Amino acid sequence: MAVLVYTENWDGKFKKLSFELASYASKVAEMLNTNSVALSIGKTEAGELEKLGNYGVNKIINAQGEGLDKLDNQVFTKVIADFARKEGATVILLANNNTGKALAPRLSVNLKAGIGSGVSKLPLSTSPFVVYKRAYSGNAFAKLQIKTDIRIITLAQNSFELIEKNASASIENETVQVDKSMVKTHVQEVQKQSGKVLLTDADIVVSGGRGMKSPDNWAPLVELADLLGAATACSRPVSDEGWRGHEEHTGQTGKIIAPNLYFAIGISGATQHLAGVSSSKYIVAVNTDKDAPVFEAAQYGIVGDAQKVLPKLVEAVKEIKSK
Amino acid sequence: MKILVCISNVPDTTTRVRFVDDFKKLDASGIQWVINPWDELSLTRALELKDDASTGVKSVTVAHVGPASAEPTIRKALAIGADDAIRVNAEPADAYYVASQLAEVVKTEQFDMIMCGIESSDHNGSTVGGMLSELLNFPSVSAVSNLKIENGQVVINREIDGGKETVLVPTPVVVVVQKGIAKEPRIAAMRGIMMARTKPIKVLEPLAVDTLTEVAGYEMPQPRAACKFIDAENPKQLIDMLQNEAKVL
Ligand SMILES: Cc1cc2nc3c(=O)[nH]c(=O)nc-3n(C[C@H](O)[C@H](O)[C@H](O)COP(=O)(O)OP(=O)(O)OC[C@H]3O[C@@H](n4cnc5c(N)ncnc54)[C@H](O)[C@@H]3O)c2cc1C
Repeated sequence: MAVLVYTENWDGKFKKLSFELASYASKVAEMLNTNSVALSIGKTEAGELEKLGNYGVNKIINAQGEGLDKLDNQVFTKVIADFARKEGATVILLANNNTGKALAPRLSVNLKAGIGSGVSKLPLSTSPFVVYKRAYSGNAFAKLQIKTDIRIITLAQNSFELIEKNASASIENETVQVDKSMVKTHVQEVQKQSGKVLLTDADIVVSGGRGMKSPDNWAPLVELADLLGAATACSRPVSDEGWRGHEEHTGQTGKIIAPNLYFAIGISGATQHLAGVSSSKYIVAVNTDKDAPVFEAAQYGIVGDAQKVLPKLVEAVKEIKSK
Repeated sequence: MKILVCISNVPDTTTRVRFVDDFKKLDASGIQWVINPWDELSLTRALELKDDASTGVKSVTVAHVGPASAEPTIRKALAIGADDAIRVNAEPADAYYVASQLAEVVKTEQFDMIMCGIESSDHNGSTVGGMLSELLNFPSVSAVSNLKIENGQVVINREIDGGKETVLVPTPVVVVVQKGIAKEPRIAAMRGIMMARTKPIKVLEPLAVDTLTEVAGYEMPQPRAACKFIDAENPKQLIDMLQNEAKVL
C-alpha cells in the first residue's frame, strides 16, 4: 500500500503547488497508515527533489528517460500507472491543473480507479472513501464516495495548507524506456509569458471588469498589482472585447482560482464570475453601484468610481511598503 | 473527417441550486437545462471547421448520455447546426459510466475527432474526455484553446502553466476543449430550428457498466460574513484593515 503523488516540475523546478501536493499526500498516508511516495518525471534542477521531503513524503522516485520532456498524455499515463502498480498505490494524487486534468482520467481507466477531482479538503473518511469536492461550479460541494480499491484525487490549488516537516526522504533514481512510437503529441512551438505572477499561483489577484470603462484605464490597476506582487485578472466581457488577454479571464468559463485576496474592481459579481473566485479567502469589491451583487460575496467594499479609488489605493499601498 | 461532439445537459449557469432528499439529490424543479457552456463552444468550433471546405470535415454529430427528457438540449444542438445526434438512453450515473457509453458509440460509428468540454458545470469532474480517450486507446490533448485542421493534420494550441504550446496530433484523437476554442457560442437561427425537427436522433440502449463513484450528499457553501464598507475618500483604511485585520497583506 502507498499514496503516490505525481509532482510535476516547471522548467526543472517545483513550486508551492508541488508542496501542497506533497503535504496532502503525506496527510492521506497518515490517515491510511501507510507511506507516501512522490513521483517526479523528467529532469529537475539539483536540490529540487530534496525539497519535497520537507513536506513529509517518505520516498521520491526520480524517473528519467528520453521522450519525457514534453507532455504526451498516453506516455505519462503509462509511466504513472506503472509506478502506481509497482508501489501498490491505493491513492494516487495529482494537481487539478491542466496536466492533472489531462492525466487523472486516463489513469482512472487504466487502473480502474474512481476519481474525485477538484478536491479541497482531506478525505472525509477512508472507509468508505469519501472526498469533498466542488460541484455546481462553486454553488455547492459534493461528498463523493469512491467505491474502487484504488482512488485518484486531484487537489484544487491553494486549498491545502503546507505542512513542513523538516524531514528528508530517500530518492530512488529510475530509468524509463519510452517506446518512441507511443509518442503521438508533437510539440511544434512553446510560447511562455515570463516575468509575470501566474494567475493560478498568485496569493493576491487584482481583477478588473467592464466598470474599468476602457482598456486605457488599466495602468493604476496594474500598478497596484505590481506593488502587491499580485497577478492581474479580468471578467469575461473584458477578455472577450480584447481589453485584456484571455489568460486573465476568471470565472466559470475561465480560470478558477483561490487566492488569499481578490480585488474585484468594476465587476458586477455575476454568478458565472463568482463561480471562479468564490474560494478566495477575502474578496474586496470596488463598484459605483452599492447594490451590485459582488458586495454580497465581498468582505470589504468601497462604493466609488474605480478611476478615483485605484490611485488612492496605490498611494496607500506605497505608504505601507515604504515603512 | 467525421467529428463527434459530446454534450452534457446541465442547469442554466445562473441557477441557484437546491437539494432534496436530505441533500442527496438536486431539486430539479424549475431548472432550465442548457448545453454545457464548453460543449456549446466545442460544437461551435466543430461547425466552423465544417463550414471551411479546406478542412475536409464531412459531418458533425452530437452524442449525449441521458434520458429522453434531455431531448430539448439535443434538439438545440441540432438547431445550432449539428447534422445528427446519438442519445444513449440512460441516467448519466457517473463519469466512468458516461465515458464507457460514449466509447461504445465511437467504436460502432467510427469518428476521427471527438471533442469534449474541459468540465461539465454540474459535477465539475474534468474527466469524461480523458476517460474516453483511454478507453479507446486514442491520443488525447487537453486544455485546448485553439484547433485547426491543416493539410489533414490537427493543429492544436494547448494551455500550459504560464503559456501555450502548439502541438500536432494524428487522428483518431480526443480533444478536450476550453476557453478560447470559439469566441461566442453559435446561436440557432429560425431556419436551423425548423430543420432540427427533422434531423435524426438515434437512440441506443446502454451497455451494462458499473459506476466507480457515487455522490453521498451535497453541502451548500458557508455563508460569508457581511461586507464592511469603507469610505471611498479613505481607501487607506481598507489597506490598513487588509493588513491588520484580515492579515492578507
Ligand atoms: C454560460 C456563461 C458563462 C459565463 N462565464 C463567465 C466567466 O467565466 N467569467 C465572467 O466574468 N463572466 C462570465 N459570464 C458573463 C457574466 O454573466 C457577466 O455578464 C459578466 O461577469 C459581467 O462582467 P462585468 O462584471 O465586468 O461587467 P458588468 O456586468 O457590466 O458590470 C460592470 C460593473 O461595473 C460597475 N461600474 C461601472 N462604472 C464603474 C466605475 N466607474 N467604477 C467602478 N465600478 C463601475 C457597474 O456598477 C457594474 O457592477 C458568463 C455568462 C454565461 C451566460
